[in-house]
Amino acid sequence: MHYVIIGNGITGITAARTIRKNSDHDITVISGETDHFFSRTALMYIYMGHMRYKDTKPYEDWFWQKNKIALKRAWVEQIDSDNKSLRLSDDSTITYDKLLIASGSVPNKYGWPGQDLDGVQGLYSYQDLEMLEKNTANGIERAVIVGGGLIGIELAEMLHSRHYSVTLLVRESKYWNNVLPDQESDMISRHFMEHGFDLRLGSELKEILDDGQGKVRGVITASGEEIPCQLVGLTAGVSPNIGWLAGSGIATQRGILVDHHQRTNVEDIYAAGDCAQFHQALPDRRPVEQVWYTGKIQGENAAMNMLGRQQAYAPGYWFNSAKFLDIEYQTYGMVMPQLREGEQDFYWEDKGGKKCIHLVYRASDRLFIGINTFGIRMRHTVFNKWLKDRQTVDHVLQYIAAAAFDPEFFTNFQPDFLEAWNNAHPSYAVKPAKKKNLLQLIFNN
Amino acid sequence: MNNSDISMSLANPHPANYNTLQKIGLAVIALGVLSLALAWVGIGSHQALLLLLSTLLGLGIGGLIFFYGTYGHLPEGIKNNRAFFSSISSRGALGWMLGIVLTGFYVSLYFFPEYMSGLTNMFEPLSQALRGTPSSQWFVYGTFYTVAVLVMGIKFIMKYRHSRYQVLRTISVSFFQLIFAWLLPAIMVRLYNYEPYLTYFWPLDYDAIFPSNIKYILSNGRLGQFVVVWGLVLTFIGTPVLTYFFGKRWYCSWVCGCGGLAETAGDPFRHLSDKSLRAWKIERVLIHSILGIILIMTALLLVDSAAKGGLLGESAGKSMAKTYGFLIGSIFAGVIGTGFYPILGNRAWCRFGCPMAAYLGIIQRFKSRFRITTNGGQCISCGNCSTYCEMGIDVRWYAQRGQNIVRSSCVGCGVCSAVCPRGVLKLENGPENANRTGIQLDNQGLIPLEAVKILD
Repeated sequence: MHYVIIGNGITGITAARTIRKNSDHDITVISGETDHFFSRTALMYIYMGHMRYKDTKPYEDWFWQKNKIALKRAWVEQIDSDNKSLRLSDDSTITYDKLLIASGSVPNKYGWPGQDLDGVQGLYSYQDLEMLEKNTANGIERAVIVGGGLIGIELAEMLHSRHYSVTLLVRESKYWNNVLPDQESDMISRHFMEHGFDLRLGSELKEILDDGQGKVRGVITASGEEIPCQLVGLTAGVSPNIGWLAGSGIATQRGILVDHHQRTNVEDIYAAGDCAQFHQALPDRRPVEQVWYTGKIQGENAAMNMLGRQQAYAPGYWFNSAKFLDIEYQTYGMVMPQLREGEQDFYWEDKGGKKCIHLVYRASDRLFIGINTFGIRMRHTVFNKWLKDRQTVDHVLQYIAAAAFDPEFFTNFQPDFLEAWNNAHPSYAVKPAKKKNLLQLIFNN
Repeated sequence: MNNSDISMSLANPHPANYNTLQKIGLAVIALGVLSLALAWVGIGSHQALLLLLSTLLGLGIGGLIFFYGTYGHLPEGIKNNRAFFSSISSRGALGWMLGIVLTGFYVSLYFFPEYMSGLTNMFEPLSQALRGTPSSQWFVYGTFYTVAVLVMGIKFIMKYRHSRYQVLRTISVSFFQLIFAWLLPAIMVRLYNYEPYLTYFWPLDYDAIFPSNIKYILSNGRLGQFVVVWGLVLTFIGTPVLTYFFGKRWYCSWVCGCGGLAETAGDPFRHLSDKSLRAWKIERVLIHSILGIILIMTALLLVDSAAKGGLLGESAGKSMAKTYGFLIGSIFAGVIGTGFYPILGNRAWCRFGCPMAAYLGIIQRFKSRFRITTNGGQCISCGNCSTYCEMGIDVRWYAQRGQNIVRSSCVGCGVCSAVCPRGVLKLENGPENANRTGIQLDNQGLIPLEAVKILD
């Protein structure tokens, strides 16, 4: 049996390793992007000089041969599912018995005039990083970044690290407001300003201007303002990378349509990760999931099903994390940008304005629904258990110390946080857990 | 892709990137370097005090001004921008030059002290004032070492000021270097004509329990008796007990002088340590062999002493200790360990050579409450933790599978946890249960819920 995997990102590689762990089948991973698996999330650190490309590779190069995972560097141009074969960009063909498509995403472009000019780019692939190096090789004055999501702020941070000025155009009235509640958006916006970013909220791109030689020289916003720049970053989200599948007979909508076993409509072809779209989304999950750990879980799920072990996608309770410049963000459970019906929330912000906790619970039975923390690390295991046990918000508050994951000696957020809660909810006041004495602190009993 | 500066310019090809404070700092540092160079070649020997002041203050104050200019105006947070672009911290031309200068300094210090007589003379007034003894190359070295730890320690605190763990740890190593490795020995030598190093004991202080050395220490009366007992207690009781509760970090990154220099002056080079599996294999063989050699050598010498020299004879015992001192104490710990900071990273000695680290590491690996806890499924395999691990541990390998990190080499510096963008790593002393090293995720990368016993 020959298992062929298209894409060497986290999904494809997790699948390959899972197949290897559970079988002796031949495995080939095809990628046009890079020879080896690297961590896409670390692309920004290469540009900032925190790491070299080789440091972003989670496995050393000998790993693949040792585990008998064949790597093929090429783009797949066509899938012939009748003959179970693939045509590659080097004109070779490769046959498969079972095929996994894990081709990831491509940056969104919304048909802006000038979006294909030199110096206009997204940030997703290794090639995008190379292009960014090229586009800034001789230095630039200013970059304009379009889109208020995570990649936009990463790109801004990257350019800032090389001392280039950055203007961020965000269509929404608050930063990342389709995901974050207002308070968190405001905190992050303040932090961007602190770093000297020119953040334009409620501002849309209308047109990208040509310098007459096919290179960008500026942008015009919806309000008619012209901003001179030498680079435009298009970071208004990503979409499943499925353009190359046209005519293959594989059913797609936004992404490649799959069931909860990662199966497509074509026999022996599976899809997983960013490029896949579930016919039916799980509760509190989106049909297309584009985060690191869902790619990992879907890759494993696909592998197990390809091996004939029936198992359905079950990613567990929602969680995620990110870092906005210096402020870390974690979320467990569901904190929506606007409260859903029957929900109540409690927001606490530290005096310094760089830490906050946002709790959401159900008003009727006080069921804990979700938490956002900024500048405070929490234990995934503990929140996962509380969500599974359907604990009340009062229980969560009472035992919040058990979930704290900040490094040793960090300022304890609990006294201020619980005092604020108690002031706001005297009838549900929480008695903070007894303070540890010095011996207990030292020996962590 | 080549991100490095391709310019051959030794100076920063983008001078606009240096702000005014940094430029002032560099100018003051240059005065210090000039004074140092003058003293070294023996010019101005009649103005020793003036040269000494301008050397130490130039390097010290200039350094602090420069680093304040570098970090002072920036918001708190991780500051690793350009670590792999800057020539000095990415094995560029400046890095190699610094490596060669440092190596040359160590070679001169250990083997050709006469070439340092200019420096020794410059320190004469300070040595007389502080110790009441003539200056020597070791006093020169100890003073530069301490100044480096203090100045670079303050720089480290500016850089990591958002992390109280890093701030407290750095205050601790700087304190132990200043007081226990520099000031206290100086005062003791003035009062008792004997200088004890109380934070330095067997097996790092490899001859601490050699019979001839014990005899010498005991010749210093009550103080000598105290030092012998203190050393034995720390080696055989203090070390196992403290390492059981806190891991080897209580020594390696909070107390030890070698660790102190590595954590402060060596911080700009921590990402240069080799993370490959091959390096780990070499590490295990080398460091444990050196501990073995020390053990055997000490045992032989003790037996020989009990047998009144019947086993080895005086000269064999002496030459054995001398060979070790030359190869391990001087070449490995000094010349390679510190001289090669800009090439091998800042912990080459601690990782590949130090017998104390090997001893602490065995306890940490097999009988300790210390571990680095990983945080469920939050790891994104970015590799910051592995890159900035000065001990070359591939932290990511554990973090991405949700496995706690219990490695004999970990010195508990905490930088992996600091640079993690997703809040995945936490240094902890916890109950020593079976799950200390366990994988906490199931096959799907999820937490098996029945495994969560934290609140039960």
